[in-house]
Amino acid sequence: MTTATQPLAAKPTLAGTPWRERAEEALIPPFVALLVALICGDLLILSYGQSPASVYRLLLEGTWGNAYGFGQVLYKATTLAFTGLAVSFGLRAGLFNIGGESQLAAGGFAAALTGLALPVGTPLLLSLPICMIAAGVAGGIVGFVPAYLKTRFGAHEVIVTIMLNFIVLALLNWFIAGHLHVPETLHTPEIHAGVLPRLADIDPRFHGSAANLALVVAVIVAFAVWFYLFRARGGYELRAVGLQPQAAEYGGISVGRAWMRALTFSGVIAGIGGINYVLGYKHYYEDGFAGGAGFLGIAAALVGRNHPFGVLVAAFFFATLSQGGLAIHAFVPKQMMDVLQGVVILAVAMAVPEVRGILRGARRRTAA
Amino acid sequence: MKEREAGGGRREAGNQAGFSVPASSAASAVPPPASHLPPPAIRMEGIDKSFGAIRANRGASLQVMPREIHALVGENGAGKSTLMRILGGLMKPDAGRVEVNGRDATGWSTNEAIAAGIGIVHQHFMLVPTLTVAENLVLGCEPKVRRIVLDYSRAAESVRTLSNETGLVIAPERLISDLSVGEAQRVEILKVLFRGAKLLVLDEPTAVLSPPEVRELWTVLRRLRDNGDTIVLITHRLDEVVDLSDTITVMRAGKTVARIKTSETTPAEIARLMVGRDVSLSAGKRVQPVDRATAPQPDQGLEVGGLTVMGSRGIRVIDDVSFTVKPGEILGIAGVEGNGQTEVIEALAGLRPVFSGTIMVDGAEITRRTVAERHDVGLSHIPEDRHRRGLILEYTVANNLILGVQKHFSSHGIIDRDRVMENALTEISSFDIRPPSPVLAARALSGGNQQKVVVAREMGREFSVLLASQPTRGVDVGAIEFIHQQLLDARAQGKAILLVSAELNEVLALSDRIAVMYRGKFAVVMPAVQASEEVLGEYMIGTKKGTAA
Amino acid sequence: MRKLIIVTSLLLAVHIALLFTRRNAIAEGKETSPVRIGIVLDVGGRGDKSFNDGAYAGADSATKVLGSNIRFIEPGEGADREAGLRLLAAEGMNLVIGVGFIFTDDLANLAKEYPNTAFAGIDYALATDKNGNVIPPPPNVAALKFREEEGSYLVGALAALVSDSKKVGFVGGMDIPLIHKFEAGYRAGVKKVCPDCQVIAQYAGVTPDAFKNPGKGKELALSQYNQGVEVIFHAAGSTGQGVFEAARATNKLAIGVDSDQNDEAPGHVLTSMVKGVNTATFDAIRRVQNHTFKGGIYSFGLKEGGVGYIYDNRNRALIPDSARARVEELKQEIIAGRIKVPSTR
Repeated sequence: MTTATQPLAAKPTLAGTPWRERAEEALIPPFVALLVALICGDLLILSYGQSPASVYRLLLEGTWGNAYGFGQVLYKATTLAFTGLAVSFGLRAGLFNIGGESQLAAGGFAAALTGLALPVGTPLLLSLPICMIAAGVAGGIVGFVPAYLKTRFGAHEVIVTIMLNFIVLALLNWFIAGHLHVPETLHTPEIHAGVLPRLADIDPRFHGSAANLALVVAVIVAFAVWFYLFRARGGYELRAVGLQPQAAEYGGISVGRAWMRALTFSGVIAGIGGINYVLGYKHYYEDGFAGGAGFLGIAAALVGRNHPFGVLVAAFFFATLSQGGLAIHAFVPKQMMDVLQGVVILAVAMAVPEVRGILRGARRRTAA
Repeated sequence: MKEREAGGGRREAGNQAGFSVPASSAASAVPPPASHLPPPAIRMEGIDKSFGAIRANRGASLQVMPREIHALVGENGAGKSTLMRILGGLMKPDAGRVEVNGRDATGWSTNEAIAAGIGIVHQHFMLVPTLTVAENLVLGCEPKVRRIVLDYSRAAESVRTLSNETGLVIAPERLISDLSVGEAQRVEILKVLFRGAKLLVLDEPTAVLSPPEVRELWTVLRRLRDNGDTIVLITHRLDEVVDLSDTITVMRAGKTVARIKTSETTPAEIARLMVGRDVSLSAGKRVQPVDRATAPQPDQGLEVGGLTVMGSRGIRVIDDVSFTVKPGEILGIAGVEGNGQTEVIEALAGLRPVFSGTIMVDGAEITRRTVAERHDVGLSHIPEDRHRRGLILEYTVANNLILGVQKHFSSHGIIDRDRVMENALTEISSFDIRPPSPVLAARALSGGNQQKVVVAREMGREFSVLLASQPTRGVDVGAIEFIHQQLLDARAQGKAILLVSAELNEVLALSDRIAVMYRGKFAVVMPAVQASEEVLGEYMIGTKKGTAA
Repeated sequence: MRKLIIVTSLLLAVHIALLFTRRNAIAEGKETSPVRIGIVLDVGGRGDKSFNDGAYAGADSATKVLGSNIRFIEPGEGADREAGLRLLAAEGMNLVIGVGFIFTDDLANLAKEYPNTAFAGIDYALATDKNGNVIPPPPNVAALKFREEEGSYLVGALAALVSDSKKVGFVGGMDIPLIHKFEAGYRAGVKKVCPDCQVIAQYAGVTPDAFKNPGKGKELALSQYNQGVEVIFHAAGSTGQGVFEAARATNKLAIGVDSDQNDEAPGHVLTSMVKGVNTATFDAIRRVQNHTFKGGIYSFGLKEGGVGYIYDNRNRALIPDSARARVEELKQEIIAGRIKVPSTR
């Protein structure tokens, strides 16, 4: 046994949690949560008088079983990844951004306007960044408002972002319904430039699916968020503010500035998400396209445990549920999928910490 | 593994001291207080309690005889509070047996515990500040215990009676918000007595009291004992233990290590049992002379002029305070908590706006500078609350070691992880942080090692002025010794150190000069050689006023 | 750890056991007719007691009368509309119907991809070229359009005729041109029989959610009734349920839309402006089964029986014979083309 009188006796090591334990902690709890959710799904399906095995088979066939279904899953996952990343970025600074929906819509709207303003034939390498910046700026402005109101007046960001959802969506609707729409529709004319190639353009098997290169953008954004949070000084400070604002203040970090940054960039991320629909799928802004994506993004952020790569996985998972719901629609009502989504969120929220505790406890007992 | 072996070693030490664990065998060894054999007032055996992965109690035992003052001592996290929560019915043990006055009380409820006469006085007061003393006493009182039907005049009357019986004198009509800390504590004790407690548990009762208040409390506790009550005192101040208690139980790492008669032991032995090795109890090792080779310039060090800080309700929590701390000097600030010490440090550190006055570090004015700018001019700060301010508990040790200087460990906004790691390895070695892993979350460290991380960060870098606020609060004896040595070494290297501590011993042992804060002002500033607990105590409670020389 | 393994295996066992209970239950999709029809409802879904239900009713009677084999899809979000249509087209359905104007673009695109499949769009939106000429839909798409303004005109006249307060109300769902048609016809009808009557028109919102907000509907209706309005016509999807609720609560009258909504508040439903979504749906299905389907524009107005108002035993007591006679008179004039009903505000 060493004592403080021999201060150099203990050699520092880089040994943290062993790799295997980390893998166990990352994989086993979600697996148990998934099992719980699956059993709830079984019971729901049985209650509709259907066979769980057949329904699950149909669900898998309609999603991962063919290129079209898989493409649709990827398409849905892309939007969710953006809103999920946006929510998780805010949560890392301790702020709950409920405004994903309006930020997404504003981003899509700006992308469409930019795409309309650019001359026909603008090369993608030029038009894509311009449209993306426009989308990001638009989302960022929507995110900046609650950030400013919070740091300046202490207004709670949850309330402000919820209210902004109404305001921004109503404004956009007014623009569309009143001014910019193609007659008898609720969308803008098709954009002239900035159209993203679809996956089907690369691999024809994806024909018909809406998946497009925005997917790649989502992955890049996820990586950028990860790098910022865990490698950059700004991320170090942002997370410090989220974990312990008083300690961050003590460490010379401006809490208000970190909040501004977190919410504004949260809006930017959600805003860029608008390109998935506008540049990648429909090539126009359609009123209401963002419906529900903001809230499902919250679920993706929570289930992905606020880690950028976790959010990607969660987005993919929720997208599968959503697309799968369509595939099994003839046999069970779509509400079942909504229920199942809720069950997944609850199962993850409850089972994961529980199972992790058991894992750690068991380890300690074997180690002692 | 290591702990288990160490525990075994201590168990032998416990035997040598005259008592052995488990308590069942110890029971026969304790001489009964009278010729007949009453059942022990408290008897806890083989208590296990885990919180998730943390095992707070593992086979802990406690035996308290009626009408004794029993001290329960141990380092932070030794499991004392958990044991008492189980006794009070706030928690149920995973294993083990609890008996109160010979009756099985394992896993009982708080109501049952209160009905059986157990009263716990918590470290943090649980009083409603806007109500009077009498109202507070009635408030938590179950009518069935004492049939009081919100009759305040009768309540006040019973409070007065109880006050006279126990010597806990307090006017029942006074508002809690008007009371001093010592008086508020008296109300807390009265509250549990009021509910019929015959078995009092006091959790660190002296942490917030001035020496005269402590002496008063001792008198009250002795009188309660003589009236037939049983008292369990949780504390980590060994002098108090030796002063007051009849019997001592020492806990370490969730286990009971020894049960000793106070008359048969010494503070040094208790300390050794708590920590598991020899500890030097006096920090005053002022052997290193100040290195005069780096002779200080006249304007170096910390210079504070006319500092005034406003509190929440427009009150001057710091009222026109001026002082200097020269290089190679430790200025200690003593005082009863809540007299402005926290605010002085926070104002100097840039965490609290200054209303008026100037703050200079090495001749540079920093009165309106940001926290980060103050770091840059050479100000270091060990905050009083490491859990809220000093550490980000979820961050790794390595990341905590750069908090506040993250700018210097990054280039172009990207953190240089190699340098962070290198820095961590160096600090972990030189400050002996255990376990010696930079990638462990700070939360996983013990209190003492967490404090070492803070100390390492603040003292491991270039600085000229150090604000050390409660640098050893809640830290075990071994780490206290280490931190004291660090402060003295820094002093020897010509740093200016402002020390704030609730531990008078610490202030007395380390400081060159001592200031006493009373109601936002310096009541007195005197050389340490002229100071003693008695002298400082008078200033602390405001009975004596001096000049802030 | 052992506890965890036991729990996990237990869960797994339960799941597998449940998985294989009730095998082969999926038998509902059995072929009853070689002609297969797929219908994608709008996000509002079944149970809106108006638009989607109209399509469902038409399909239902087709199943009964013609023995059609019909599959429905209710999308969960906007992007699912195309996915739903595509799913059905890819399965080789003979006719794919999109219920709502919002399907227009998706139908047009898919129709090009699946030239041998018949498509029909209820309320299909027609674009116009630079000269204002209507661009016809692709040859395999039937655009099922309604002249809602004509029906609205009649119920507007009726509302004004039975109301003593000279105030009638209108609650629209989403504030868009399609719903403006209802308001425009309604206003014209009111003014025709009562030039100094006042029409209070309000909309529940500016998003598609405005069609699914009964709470808002009730709030708007109550405020109108409190202003002295005696009859409210709603064109607001399930938001209209709130209007009926308000009518019941204040003992006033409301006019239903799209389908006969008498059951929503018996005794308080003056009439319903029925849109023959069921007729149009049934008609399209029938044509496909008879192999007489052709693309193009199908406009359903009073003349074609595509719109109308309800007058039967259940609401006869609420409508005086004189009012009924006057409305019938107007109806004949519209059919004859002597009255031109405006379709814009």
